[in-house]
Amino acid sequence: MTDKNNIALSVKNLKTFFYTNNRCNKAVNGVSFDVEKGKTLCIVGESGCGKSVTAATIMQLLPTLSRIEEGEIIFRKDDKTVNIEKLEKNGKEMRNIRGSDIAMIFQDPMTALNPVYTVGFQISENLKYHTNLNRKEIREKSISLLNDMGIPLPEKRVDEYPHSYSGGMRQRAMIAMAMACNPKILIADEPTTALDVTIQAQIFELMEKLKEENDTAIILITHDMGVVAELADNVAVMYMGNIVEAGTADDVLRRPTHPYTKALLESVPVLGRGKNQDINPIKGSTPDPYNRPVGCQFAPRCNWQTESCDVMPEITQINKTHQIRCHKYEQFFEKYDEKRNS
Amino acid sequence: MMKKEILKLRDVKVYFPVKAGVFNRTVGHVMAVDGVDLDIYRGEVLGLAGESGCGKTTLGKAILRLVEPTNGEVTYVSKEDDETELTSLEKKDMDPFRKKLQIVFQDPHSSLNPSFTIFGSLQDPLKKFGVNSKEERRKIIGDLLEAVNMRREYMDRYPHEFSGGQRQRIGIVRALCLDPELIVCDEAVSALDVSIQAQVLQLLMQLKKDNNLTYLFITHDLSVTEYLCDRIAVMYLGRIVELCDSEDLYKNTLHPYSEALISAIPVADLDKKTKRIVLEGDVPSPVNPPKGCPFHPRCPKAKDVCKTEVPTLKKYSTNGNEHYASCHLIDLPEIS
Repeated sequence: MTDKNNIALSVKNLKTFFYTNNRCNKAVNGVSFDVEKGKTLCIVGESGCGKSVTAATIMQLLPTLSRIEEGEIIFRKDDKTVNIEKLEKNGKEMRNIRGSDIAMIFQDPMTALNPVYTVGFQISENLKYHTNLNRKEIREKSISLLNDMGIPLPEKRVDEYPHSYSGGMRQRAMIAMAMACNPKILIADEPTTALDVTIQAQIFELMEKLKEENDTAIILITHDMGVVAELADNVAVMYMGNIVEAGTADDVLRRPTHPYTKALLESVPVLGRGKNQDINPIKGSTPDPYNRPVGCQFAPRCNWQTESCDVMPEITQINKTHQIRCHKYEQFFEKYDEKRNS
Repeated sequence: MMKKEILKLRDVKVYFPVKAGVFNRTVGHVMAVDGVDLDIYRGEVLGLAGESGCGKTTLGKAILRLVEPTNGEVTYVSKEDDETELTSLEKKDMDPFRKKLQIVFQDPHSSLNPSFTIFGSLQDPLKKFGVNSKEERRKIIGDLLEAVNMRREYMDRYPHEFSGGQRQRIGIVRALCLDPELIVCDEAVSALDVSIQAQVLQLLMQLKKDNNLTYLFITHDLSVTEYLCDRIAVMYLGRIVELCDSEDLYKNTLHPYSEALISAIPVADLDKKTKRIVLEGDVPSPVNPPKGCPFHPRCPKAKDVCKTEVPTLKKYSTNGNEHYASCHLIDLPEIS
C-alpha cells in the first residue's frame, strides 16, 4: 500500500447523479481512487463516461440539476483533512480551497478565458483572493508566471486580451492561472485535446516540470491512451460512470485485463507499427445513459459476455496496485502469467 | 503494375486577401497553399498531414474547386488517359468531374441539413445526375446504407436521430452515391470517439477495396495516416515539406519538421517511449511567412543558409523508394 501521508486526495465511492426531465442520469456511479503527491493520475474514457463530471464534483462545480448522492472526497492539507463533499458549494471554506489548493485547467482555452478582461487581470484575480500580496507584487508575480510558462515578452503580453493569444499560448495562460497559488492538486480536463501535437508536447513538458518542482498531484483527464503512456503514473479507466480498471501505468498498459481496456488499446493505430497492424473496433456504441444495461455496463459490447454479467461485478484487487471490475478477469490475467512463465 | 495518375497538381496556390481600413483595401494575403506540386495515383491512399493552419484542408477543397485556386493547374486524368485541366473550366463544365471527385467533411454534425431526412439530403446529387425515378434513388441510397452497416429504413430519419459515428457514415454514403473515383476525406475520423473511429477506418478500407477508390486522406493524426496510407505528404505553412511512402516517413525521416511531429505524438506503448523533440513557439502566420525556409525559426537544426534561401522539394531515395523532401540539410545524394 502507498504511504497514507503521501495521498493528497482520496475519493471514496463517489456518486453524482443528474436529474433532468424526471429522469436520473447516474453520471458517476461509485468511483473510488487516491491521488498521490507528485504523481499523475490519468482518468481515461470515451466521451460521456463521467470523467469530466468526476473532476467537476471534486471542484464542487456541478450544475444545479445535479448533486452528490453518496461518497466522500477527502482532501489532505498538511495534517488536516477536509471532507469536500460536506462543504457548502459557495461557502467560504470551499472558495478558499478552490483555486488555491485545488486548481483546474479546462478543456477549451477559447471559452474558459473571459474575452473582455486582459490575461493579466485573470491571472491576478486568483492572487488577489488567495494571497496577501499588494497590487505591484501581484503584477510582478503574474509576469513571472507567464514567463515560467514560456510566453515571450511577458511584460507586454500580460496586458493583452485572450484574442491576441494563439491556442497554445491561451492554454499556457490557463495553466499560469491554475498554478498561481501553487496548488496541491491540479485537475487538467483534456488540456491538450484542442491543440496541435507540437503544442501538446510543449504543454506536457511544462506539466512534468511543475510536477517535479512543486510536488503537485495531477489528475489528468484524457481519452487518448497515448497521453496516458507518456504522462501517467497511475491510470483509472472509466466506462459509463464506473472505474472498470485501475492501477499503475505499467499494470494497465502492459497487462490490460478488463475487456474494455483491451478493446480501447486495440482500437487505435499505434505509430511505428506500420500498415499491417490489426485494429479491432469495439462493436456498437456507448449506451444511452438513461437506459443503461443492467449489471456490467460494458456487457452488451463485450466479446466475452455471459449470464453472470447481468450482475454488476464488484471491484477485485488483483495485486497490490491493480484492481478491476469484471467477473472473468482471472482468465485474462492468467494468460499474462503464463506468458511470463514461458 | 504501372502507377497511373488520377490527379496532377502543378504549382497550386490559394491566397486569401486580407482587407483592412475604411476603403477595404487589400493589405496582404493569407498564403494558405503556396505552390504545391503533387501527383495522386489511381487506387492509392495518399495522406496529407500537418498541424492546423498549414493549408491541408484548403488544398483538399482547391482540388474540388470548392475554393478557387489563385494560381496553378489541377489536371484530372481519366481511366482512358484523357487529361482535363479543371481549374480553367467553366463552372457548369465542372459537373461531370464533380461526379468523380467527392469529399467527406470533417464535422458530421454540421455537414448534414437538419431539416431534411437523410434521403432528402442524399437524393439531390442523384437527381442532378439523371437518376430520375424515385424508386431507383431509394434503392441506390438503401444499398449504400447497408454497405456502411446501417439499416435501409434509416433514410427516412432526420440527422438529429443519429450519433456522430452514424452521421459520419451517412457523410460517406453521400460521397459514394455517385460512384466516384477519388474521395477527399477531410479529417473524416477526427471528431469521433476512439472506438467509433476504428469502425469508420475499417469501413473506409473495405469500401476502397470494393469500389476501387482513391483517397486523399487529410488528417493531423499521424498514427492514423500510417495505418491507412500508402504515401504521406507532410505540409507546413502551405507547402509540402516531405512526401514519401508511409513506412519511410517513420523509418527514414528526412525533414526535421516531420521528425519533430512524429516524436511529439504520444504512443500508447510503454516500450516505444522516445524523447520528445519539443519545438519552440507556434506556427508562424501565413500572412507574413518567415524568409528562407518557412520552418527555420522553430527548427532545432537551422543553419545560416536556412534563413535566406527557400529550399525546394528534391527527390532522394530511401529504401529503394522515391522520397521527396525540402530541406537544405539533407546529406543524401539527390536524384534527378
